[in-house]
Amino acid sequence: MSVLVYIDSKGGVAKNSLEAVSYGSQVGGGSAVVVTSGDASNDDLAALGKYGASKVIAHNGDLDGQQTTKLVAEVAQAEGAKVIIFSQDLTGKAVAPRVAVRLNAGFVSGAIELPTSDFKVKVNAFSGKAQSLVKINSDVKVISVLPNSLGVTEGSGSAEVTSFSGDLGSAKVTITEQAEVSGDRAPLPEAELVVSAGRGLKGPENWGIVEDLADALEATTACSRPVADSGWRPHHEHVGQTGVAIRPNLYIAAGISGAIQHLAGVNGGKVIVVINTDPEAPFFKAADYGVVGDAFEVLPRLTEAVKKFKSA
Amino acid sequence: MKILVCISKAPDTTAKINFTDGNTKFDEAGVQYIVNPYDEWYALVRGIELKEANGGTVTTVTVGTAADDPIIRKALAIGADNAVRIDSEAKDAFFTAKQIAEYAKSEGFDLILTGKETINYNGSQVGAMIAELLDLPYVSLATDLQIAGSTATIKREAKGGKETVQVSTPLVLSASKGLAEQRIPNMRGIMAARTKPLNVVSPADVTPLTETVEYSLPPEKGGVKLIDPENMDELVSLLHNEAKVI
Ligand SMILES: Cc1cc2nc3c(=O)[nH]c(=O)nc-3n(C[C@H](O)[C@H](O)[C@H](O)COP(=O)(O)OP(=O)(O)OC[C@H]3O[C@@H](n4cnc5c(N)ncnc54)[C@H](O)[C@@H]3O)c2cc1C
Ligand SMILES: Nc1ncnc2c1ncn2[C@@H]1O[C@H](COP(=O)(O)O)[C@@H](O)[C@H]1O
Repeated sequence: MSVLVYIDSKGGVAKNSLEAVSYGSQVGGGSAVVVTSGDASNDDLAALGKYGASKVIAHNGDLDGQQTTKLVAEVAQAEGAKVIIFSQDLTGKAVAPRVAVRLNAGFVSGAIELPTSDFKVKVNAFSGKAQSLVKINSDVKVISVLPNSLGVTEGSGSAEVTSFSGDLGSAKVTITEQAEVSGDRAPLPEAELVVSAGRGLKGPENWGIVEDLADALEATTACSRPVADSGWRPHHEHVGQTGVAIRPNLYIAAGISGAIQHLAGVNGGKVIVVINTDPEAPFFKAADYGVVGDAFEVLPRLTEAVKKFKSA
Repeated sequence: MKILVCISKAPDTTAKINFTDGNTKFDEAGVQYIVNPYDEWYALVRGIELKEANGGTVTTVTVGTAADDPIIRKALAIGADNAVRIDSEAKDAFFTAKQIAEYAKSEGFDLILTGKETINYNGSQVGAMIAELLDLPYVSLATDLQIAGSTATIKREAKGGKETVQVSTPLVLSASKGLAEQRIPNMRGIMAARTKPLNVVSPADVTPLTETVEYSLPPEKGGVKLIDPENMDELVSLLHNEAKVI
């Protein structure tokens, strides 16, 4: 089956892009064609061969959503692709539904497993409180892959890189300003390790102990909704049903009660550690490891233990 | 300015999630529906604020059955001027987007606002599909929207940070947290909503491209392992050796 994978390579090839390429090549029976826009080096793009890319068609530079849609749809048609794979990252969310409409393709977003042979795809539903199996009934199919939910298979090989030469028209959406958030830490939707805290921390002045643990682990920080709503932490750190949904390998929650709306955004995490003074806190029911104790004592102790472990 | 806000319903965030008919249908017994929070708190309220500042109208559109009328009345109570319900179950994202696009194409809306995603399907699909069907620009996950004349200036989440973009109306935009502050409808709004127009229109003939064939509940956790708060070395060792996450 002919499979095309789109990745956003602005600022380099991110891990969620490797996941999409791996997924696409598995659907394609061992290989897939990759189309990309961004500014990754040719070497980085050729290295996608290790994840199953047979060739990479690259467009260098910024594109808006409609231009990217045109890029992917044209390459899909030229390659006769039957399945088009995206990562469900910011670009995937904006572009994959458009490509699907343009190609009369059924679209399933946020796949957490490979499709079955008759194209049933498993996804999270009800904010992670359930899963559903969605069947695609059209001839051409589009699937986006949820970041950090499927691993990457690394082999050897090198992909041939060519540049896209067609005309994509001019951008209607122009970027006038860009700002980086949280510098060197992974953004929450892709983070593997997350340290999060809630109202139990009492006030913004106490977040030092949360950041110390995050620094020791090289984790990203998060918070519950009331913490963001009170302005203790920036809005982009709010996780849960109405905030960011995350699936880290490790989620450490201190001073968070574990309300159902909070759990909905974090229970996709693989391992959950809960630190709470109240042994009856509902979060313990969703936890793998629990510490009944005062976050003001436990967090610094845990930070020291992590540092000791890392330097051993 | 003519503004269209796409309003969908979602089970109350505390609803128990169960399935019937051999796990093929969501069990609605006892489930209270609310307006999808992203649609209500951010998309709708920002639309109303823009109308209050610049004049114009806010219309809501919902693909749904008569069972959705209460959530549509809520949107009217918050301040929308009129509502349209396209009388069909929302079969899949393409079906829904196509219904809305068919309705919107001759109406000349300057701005079509959607939520970032529905909290039951979490698909994040409908807005971008409407944009494609109407050949309009789409700006996703917006946290700030200002309009001056026909130019929209929008802040949105971007890879590794935030960005500000400019685009001419008409356009489709999906609302993320921060776009507006939640509004609670007051008594006057609730009374007024009863007499505001809710037009029910027939659906276009559209074939959905996907179908949900089965639901399941995620695997249960094996139970929590409690660690002595004095002994964080043990927790680190478990995270390394047993859970293998650090
Ligand atoms: C429609 C809707 C959507 C929502 N969406 C979200 C969402 O996306 N995300 C979200 O987080 N919430 C959301 N909420 C809010 C949610 O219902 C809870 O109110 C919220 O998660 C509680 O935050 P919290 O756990 O930080 O605070 P609290 O519930 O106040 O819990 C504080 C916890 O800290 C513990 N504690 C106190 N002192 C200490 C100490 N010294 N050491 C350790 N523990 C301590 C307490 O025992 C308690 O369990 C939503 C609510 C609604 C209605
Ligand atoms: N049945 C519907 N009727 C009207 N608008 C909808 C419907 N379903 C989804 N939407 C809109 O599309 C957005 C994204 O939905 P989804 O693609 O399901 O995540 C929602 O936040 C709504 O604004």
